[in-house]
Order: sequence, then C-alpha cells, then structure tokens
Amino acid sequence: MEQLKTIGRELAMGSQGGGWTGQSKEFLDLVKSIGEARSKAEEDRIILREIDSLRRRIAEPDVPRRRMKEYIIRLVYAEMLGHDASFGYIHAVKMTHDDSLSLKRTGYLAVTLFLSDDHDLIILIVNTIQKDLRSDNYLIVCTALTAACKLINEETIPAVLPQVVDLLAHPKEAVRKKAVMALHRFYQRSPASVSHLISYFRKRLCDNDPGVMGATLFPLFDLITADVNSYKDLVISFVSILKQVAERRLPKAYDYHQMPAPFIQIKLLKILALLGSGDKQASGHIYNVLGDIFRKCESSSNIGNAVLYECICCVSSIYPNAKVLDAAAESTSKFLKSDSHNLKYMGIDALGRLIKINPDIAEEHQLAVIDCLEDPDDTLKRKTFELLYKMTKSTNVEVIVDRMIDYMISINDNHYKTEIASRCVELAEQFAPSNQWFIQTMNKVFEHAGDLLNVRVAHNLMRLIAEGFGEDDEGADSQLRSSAVNSYLRILGEPKLPSLFLQVICWVLGEYGTADGKYSASYIIGKLCDVTEAHLCNDTVKAYSISAIMKICAFEITAGRNVEMLPECQSLIDELSASHSTDLQQRAYELQALLCLDSQAVESVMPLDASCEDIEFDGNLSFLNSFVQQSIEKGARPYIPESERSGTFSVSNYNSQYQHEASSHTLRFEAYELPKPSPTPATPQISVSTRTTDLVPVPETTYYYTENNQASKLPPVSDASSADHGIKLHLDGVQKKWGRPTYSSSSSSTSSEKKTNGVTRIDGVSSQSRGTLYDSKGQQSEVSAEKQKLAASLFGASAGKTEKKLASTQRAPKATTAIAERPGVTRAVSPEISKQKAASSPPPDLLDLGEPITTTTPTIDPFEQLEGLIGPTPGPSTLDNSVTTSEQKAPDLMTLYTDTPPSSSSSISSALGDIHSADKNSQMAKNVPSVKKGPNPQDSLQKDATARHVGVTPTGNNPNLFRDLLG
Amino acid sequence: MIRAVIVMNTQGKPRLLKFYEFQPPEKQHELTRSVFAVLSGRPDNVSNFVEADAIFGPGTRLVYKHLATLYFVFVFDSCENELAMLDLIQVLVETLDRCFKNVCELDIVFNFNKMHTILDEIIFGGQVLETSSERVLKAVEEISRLEKSSSSVSFVPKSVSGRFGR
Repeated sequence: MEQLKTIGRELAMGSQGGGWTGQSKEFLDLVKSIGEARSKAEEDRIILREIDSLRRRIAEPDVPRRRMKEYIIRLVYAEMLGHDASFGYIHAVKMTHDDSLSLKRTGYLAVTLFLSDDHDLIILIVNTIQKDLRSDNYLIVCTALTAACKLINEETIPAVLPQVVDLLAHPKEAVRKKAVMALHRFYQRSPASVSHLISYFRKRLCDNDPGVMGATLFPLFDLITADVNSYKDLVISFVSILKQVAERRLPKAYDYHQMPAPFIQIKLLKILALLGSGDKQASGHIYNVLGDIFRKCESSSNIGNAVLYECICCVSSIYPNAKVLDAAAESTSKFLKSDSHNLKYMGIDALGRLIKINPDIAEEHQLAVIDCLEDPDDTLKRKTFELLYKMTKSTNVEVIVDRMIDYMISINDNHYKTEIASRCVELAEQFAPSNQWFIQTMNKVFEHAGDLLNVRVAHNLMRLIAEGFGEDDEGADSQLRSSAVNSYLRILGEPKLPSLFLQVICWVLGEYGTADGKYSASYIIGKLCDVTEAHLCNDTVKAYSISAIMKICAFEITAGRNVEMLPECQSLIDELSASHSTDLQQRAYELQALLCLDSQAVESVMPLDASCEDIEFDGNLSFLNSFVQQSIEKGARPYIPESERSGTFSVSNYNSQYQHEASSHTLRFEAYELPKPSPTPATPQISVSTRTTDLVPVPETTYYYTENNQASKLPPVSDASSADHGIKLHLDGVQKKWGRPTYSSSSSSTSSEKKTNGVTRIDGVSSQSRGTLYDSKGQQSEVSAEKQKLAASLFGASAGKTEKKLASTQRAPKATTAIAERPGVTRAVSPEISKQKAASSPPPDLLDLGEPITTTTPTIDPFEQLEGLIGPTPGPSTLDNSVTTSEQKAPDLMTLYTDTPPSSSSSISSALGDIHSADKNSQMAKNVPSVKKGPNPQDSLQKDATARHVGVTPTGNNPNLFRDLLG
Repeated sequence: MIRAVIVMNTQGKPRLLKFYEFQPPEKQHELTRSVFAVLSGRPDNVSNFVEADAIFGPGTRLVYKHLATLYFVFVFDSCENELAMLDLIQVLVETLDRCFKNVCELDIVFNFNKMHTILDEIIFGGQVLETSSERVLKAVEEISRLEKSSSSVSFVPKSVSGRFGR
C-alpha cells in the first residue's frame, strides 16, 4: 500500500513536470497496473495480455519506428518479469540496423538482453556490428563494442576481431578502453582465438591514458592467472605503476573518495599477489610499495579498507616478510575491532589468510572471532566457521566440530548444510582424538544431515568401523565396533532417521551386533526387523536390513546355536519374498535357503567378520568344468562362444587397446574437434602423450584442451593408463587423510600424525575444556568467562598469549578433583598409549607436521612476564628475547594434560606448583588487556583461572623452542 | 568478474536485471527470486555480503545495498573485492541520483533502458569500466544529446527537463 501511494504521487508529478517523456501513456498504465497487482497471478495475467497485444501490433505492417522502439522496450520489460517475448527478437535485430542512434541503441540493448551468444539470430547481427565498429561516430562504436562483448561467440570472433584490434589505436580513450576490454572478453570466450594478440595487452599497459592502462589489467590478470611464469618480467613495471598511483601521480579525476584510483590499485595488488606467490625474488620488489600503502591508506573510508584488504591478501600470498606481515596483522586487527559487520567479515577473511603464514596471529583476536561466531549475521558466522575449519587441529577439533554440528542443526539451507556436514566429516576423520568421539560425531552428522551426505561418506564410515583405524590393535578395533553397536542400538529409538544412516546402522549391526556377546542374536534381529517397520524406509534400507539378519543367522548357525525365527522376522521374510523388488526377493529367498543349511556350509557361505577379506572371482567358472564335461559326455551340445557363432557381430574379441578404434568406426554424434595447435597422435599413443604433458610444464590452457579432447574421443574405459593419469593429476595437492583416502580435499595430515591423533593427551585437554565450558551455565556475568573458555579451547594449543590472564591460585584442590571427574571417554580409549606418552613426555606438537609454527609454541605460560616486558601487542618476533622460564615446565605441563594415570600424579603436583609460582609473580588485574566484555571481569577471570587450572588449556609458549627457532 | 546486477524492490519485483553470462528469462526469474528470498530474510544492521554459491554456483558472492524501497545487488566471483563492489553500488546509485535528481523507484521503472545505458558505462562485459560518477554522467549525457539530435525520439532526464519546465 505504501508503495502504491508513492506511485500515485509520482505519477501525478510526472504528468505535471516532464518526467518520462519517452514513454507513452500505455507503458505508464502497464507499469502502474503491475504495481497495483495484488498477486502473482494477477500480475501474470496483466503481462500476458500485454504480450498478446504486442504480438499483434508488432506484426502490423508499417509500424512507425518510434512506436516500434516503444514496443521493443515493453518487450524487454515483459521479459524482465520472466515472460517469454521471443516473437519480438527479430524486430529487435532489425532495429539494430537503424541509422538513428537512439533506435540503434535500443535495438542493441534489446538483443543483448534477449539473445544468448549461440542464438540463431546472432548471425544477422554480426554484419551490423562489423559495420558499426567502423563508424565515424564514436558513440556508435562504443555501442557496437558493448554488443560485441555480449553477443559474439567463439565462431564469430574472427569476423569482428580485425576491427576491434584497429580500435586499439582509436583517438578516443573511451573507445580504446572498451576495445581492450572487448578483447579481454574474447579471450575469456576462447583463449585460442586471440592468442596472437597477447602482445597488444602488454603494449597497452603503456597507454598514456590511465584508464586504458587500467583496463589492460583485466586481461593481464587472467593471462597471469593462467601462466605466471611468462609475466615475471612485468613485476617491476606493475610495482612502479602501483607506486605512482599510490603517490597520487594520476590526474585528480581518477580519485575516488579521496583515494587515488582505488580500483586500479586493487587490480594491481591482485596481480602482484599472483606474481609474488612463492617467488622470493619477485616478492622482494613488492614489499616496499605494500609498506607504503599500509602507511598511507586511509582506513576511514570504505574504499580505503578495500585497498587495505587487498594488501593483506597480497601479503598472505607472496613470500612472507616480517615487516609487511606485521602491518597486515595490524590492519586485520583494525578490521576485527571495527563495529561494522562488513569490516569484521573482511577481517575474518584476512585472518584466515594470514594464519596460513603465522598461526599465532589468530590468538590475539580469539575473542573477536568468538563474537563473530555468535553474531546474528549469517554471512559473518559462515565466514567464521570457514576460519575455524582452516585452523582446526587435533587439539581443538572437538570444540570446533561440536560448534559446527550445532550450527548445522540450526540451519535450513540444504546447500550449506551439506557443505558443513561434509566438513565435519572431514575434520572428524582427520583429527578425531578418540574412536568414541569419532563415532558419536558421525552419528550426529548422519542423524541431522544424513540425506544430504554423499553415499561415499557412509561407505567410508562402514569401512572405518570394519577395518579399524589402521593400528594393529585388535582390542581397540573391537572396542570401537562395540561402541558403535551400542550407540546405534540407542539411536534406533529415535523416531526418524535418514535412510543413509539406517543403512550404516543395519550393516554394522549385521556385522558386529553379536560380536562381543553382549546382545543376543534374537535381540539384534528384532531390532533389525523394527528398522524396516518403524522407519518409513526404502528398498535399500530393507535390503541392508535383511542382509544383516542373514549375517546374524549365519553367525549363529556357525557357532552351533539354534536360530529361532521370531514371528516379526518371519513376517518380514514373507513380505520381502513377495516384494516387487527382485533384489529384495532374492535376499529373502537366500535367507530362507541359508536357514536350512548345516553349519559347515553356512560358514563357507558367510564367514564371520569377513567384510574386509578380498573376494576372488573366478571369471572362467572353472569349478563348473567337471559338470560341463559330464554333460558333454552325456550328449549335450558344447558351448559356442558368441564371437564364433555365424551371423553375429561382436567386438568382444578385439584387444582392449583396439576397442576405441572399433568405437570410432561407429557413427559419431558429437561435433568434430576444432583443429588443434598440436596434432593429436593416433589413438593408441594417447596415453603416452598424456604422460609427457604430465612431465613437461605446459601452459595450463593447452593442457586442458588436450585432456578434453581425449575425453571426448575415447570411451572412458578403453584406456586405463590415461584414466589413471587423469585421476592422479586431479588429485594433486590432496593429502592422505586420517584413516583412508577420502573424497575431500585440502588440509594437511601425514600418516605419522595418525598415531598422535588418536592418542589421549591432547584429547584430554579439550574434552575437559568442554566439560567445564558446559558446566558454567546460566548467570549473565559469566558470558565473558564462557567466551574466554571457548577461546581458550579453540586457540588453546598454539595460544599462550592471551592465556596469561591466569589468576591467583587458590583453586588447586579443585583442579585435581576436576581431573578426576573428567569424562571417562578419554581414559578408556587407550590407557597404555597415554602412559607411554606420559613416561616419555615429548613436546606435544612436534609430530603435528601440519602446523610448523605450533611446534615452537606448545605449553607453558610465561605471558605475564612477557607482557610486562614488551607491552600490549608483542609480535611473535619479539617474543624470543624476553622469555625465560624453566625448561622443565613444558614436559611437566604436558603430563598434566595427558590422561594422568595414577603413575604421573607426582608430575601433576609439580606442574601445578609451577603454575602457582608463575601466577604469584603475575599481577593479574593489571595485565588483562583482552577482557573487555562481560559485566564483571574479575569474576570471569576467576572462572577463567579455574578453567585453566583444571587444564582447559595447554598454556603458554615454550620459550626455549622459540629462541631456537627465531633467535 | 561481475556476474550479474540485479535491482529489485523490497517486494521482490525486478526493476533491472543484467546478467553478464546469458541466462534464459525463466532462469533469470528464478535466480532473482532466490536472491530476494535470501535478502528479505536478513535483518538490518548486518553485513552487506552474502555467499551465494547455493544460487550462482561455487565461489560466487553477492553484495547488496538496501536503499529506500530498492535492493541493489551485485553478484560476482572470487576475482573481485567485496568492499570495492560495495563502492561500485555507491557509484551506480550516485550516478542515478545525479541523473534523475533524487532518484526514486519510479524513475528506474520507467527509465530502465536509461539505467542500462548508465550501467554499461560503469560495467563493461563484467569488468569495472569507470568509477567516477561524474564521467559516467558526462558520457550518458553525451549519448542523450546525440540521440536527441539524430532523432525526434528522445530521453530527457528529469533533471534537465525539470530545469526547462520551470
């Protein structure tokens, strides 16, 4: 209603004072009636009526040109509202031929909005565009260039290319600029078609108009992205351009909100980030100008921050340099401390980039990060989860994954739910501290996002449960299995479960339900029957369920026990044997048949726990030979292979390597390949050529090109070796995961890490932290304490900076009790290993190869002293010269954080002693810079202190390691 | 590059759609609807950025600005900078404001072809062409002048006609 009033008023104004003189009354009425439409249906009716009348009128002979123009505009309008106006396309095309600039422009506008670049009518426009590109009127040239950008496709590029190239020398800079950008567009469409023109882009970089130079940066950015090495020579030019821009050498007209040509600066920074990436020499040229921009750039305006952000991106991409890194960290912290959500978002993003170089930067901002995590802004939240995902390691995986799962449950957006679920799975597989935790986490993920997950995740989980975690520890494996079985039996009570999860449950129950003897076969079978009844499940689940029942029965028979058939099981079998699905039928009949066999036969059919055994196939069916022999002797006709039968054609006797040749004899329905720069070798050699492309650094574009061609040319199965290569190439950079290779990418982990991951020490720390985190609930005054705890558990392992807020120490006794209270989970996992660890007590993170910096800063808490010496924001580089603490401390604390079996209790007390003494030195009230929120900092500090004493965080840095590394 | 520019009102009606990669009308409509669904669900005082990979494919983001009854939305991929895009919206709005003098939704409804002209001067083939609203305006005015002289049909911006009218 509000809007209608405005419309009414505006219309009145329009009729008085000029306004929309170009349009007729009819168009105004149309817009008005659409504005007044109360429903989508009404609006659609109006538009359809409009389209009908246009269809009639547009086809009338001798429509005046001015009229026609308005019709076309109305068609564009109708199409914008989602209705088809294709009957008018041809008229729009005709209008582009018009001599009048106004009509021509309207025609071009309409065709660029109407037509895709492979539309049949394009061919009618190419000629006009060609002509207009040669026009004397530069506005017509510009219009034609705009249209060419949108409409010219790979095939028609050659038709207009010469004209566009000529325009690079046009006297008007607006035309030159657009010509460069049109060429860029052609490059995007088809890199090959303009490959001979790349030198033009380099040349235009020196155009005396800054606008044209700026436009050249776009194609160069793309070119450099595709092939960095050929453009290293331009680093110095780019740097000097950037320097000139930043020093305001450009005309004032290029300023935007007092910033000199910010968009050019941003593009240059992006290019330099590419060129400097991993190149120490090139990066050396860049540091200076980056430092200048950091110093000069205003952070008060939006665009100034955009440039600063781009600088941070550049810093994080090029070869690291302590000075610019500090500047970048400083800007990042400004972003994070800002009130603007936009800047916080950029700050989180920047932080995610910087921690790749120096994980310590995150610590300073832990509270800001946690604020963002709880922010109502969804975008910010997601970005923060992305950051947490990047900084996950074995010490904080539990907190992070818990948070992620909570968030995953809370959202409805399936796309993001899927993404976050697969991230949870990935992190859990990679960093899981214990088997139980892993199973529980997977249960939660499956329960809430099961239907969104890839089937492979489920298969992976089953395989993990079946094969164990790679350690040769049967005990742990069977423990894992029985805990899985326990949890699944519990979960089956839930009303609604995703089908994928039910499949996993059925499979695991079938394999291991009775393995540890805790549950009787009939109990498990009863549960499995319930699965098919209680949950509205599909055939796949039923199939899993009946197969599981079969396995249980088989195990029982093998063990010599009697299988009594439960009535519900019998009815399930009856139901399935009458099922429409032949698969289910077969399974049901198989089960019935199995029940009649004796135990020996059953054992060979269904051996116990054989899911990991390889099954050997006898493709020749040789075991039937004697039977065949007998039959032939009895006068049966011998089998004639298909290929030898007369009148049948078969390709089966071709060698596999000729198979694709055979297929190339048949009709081809796809288009022929375009001629390629390098001739494709005959088919058998293709795998060889792939190998060479593998070895030789060929420009990426051509590489994909050949790859595609092969893909289209060969039937996918025919050439195993080339397929292998393809896979190998695509998996570049994907590391091996904990457990076994998964479908996911990114993140690092090595096989050696595997051993540390599952082990209890670190795990103890954070699970404790969780306990304490959840203990403190309710009271408002604890908000900040909670946040700090969360921060501590997130940033804990590598932290140490903000952890200095260790408070006074009266809580020691409580600490020990808390240790005793700690959830039994971790202790139960593998006490042996933890004891070993405690005995040897190596520096904790040394094996954590993924995070080199972390290794230098495990445990200990010398921060009070540090802070006193250095001041509010000590950079990592300044740490080394200040800290001195006892060397013993690190290992002692480590034992404190391990699972603390009774044997290590003495070391605990000594460690606590250390903390006591350290804390006494500290004047805690003074050095609490980061406690800004929460009504009662004192209270929260104490909370924090207890948390710490309980062992929430492996505190502090190891000064000696630091000195070794940085000193 | 910039994938699309969408201007729509707070009821989700499109006022200007420009896709730099061709999309058939139905698809355009669908995309607009999903964008609107996302935007209308966002509270005030939050960031202007939304990750749009569910709508426009992986790596795409959108920046929007809510002004009076209109949403201005730019959709772009990882080659652009969010804050800079926000300023580009600012450029567009400033130019419109200068061109129509206190721009309101109706100006845009009735002159959406003019708006396309303006946009073509700011963004060319998905790349940022010009960021000075002054120069954009100059170019647009030159086009109007030539159009007027070359044909009887003309578009007179409200600002100009208003001046003559008084």
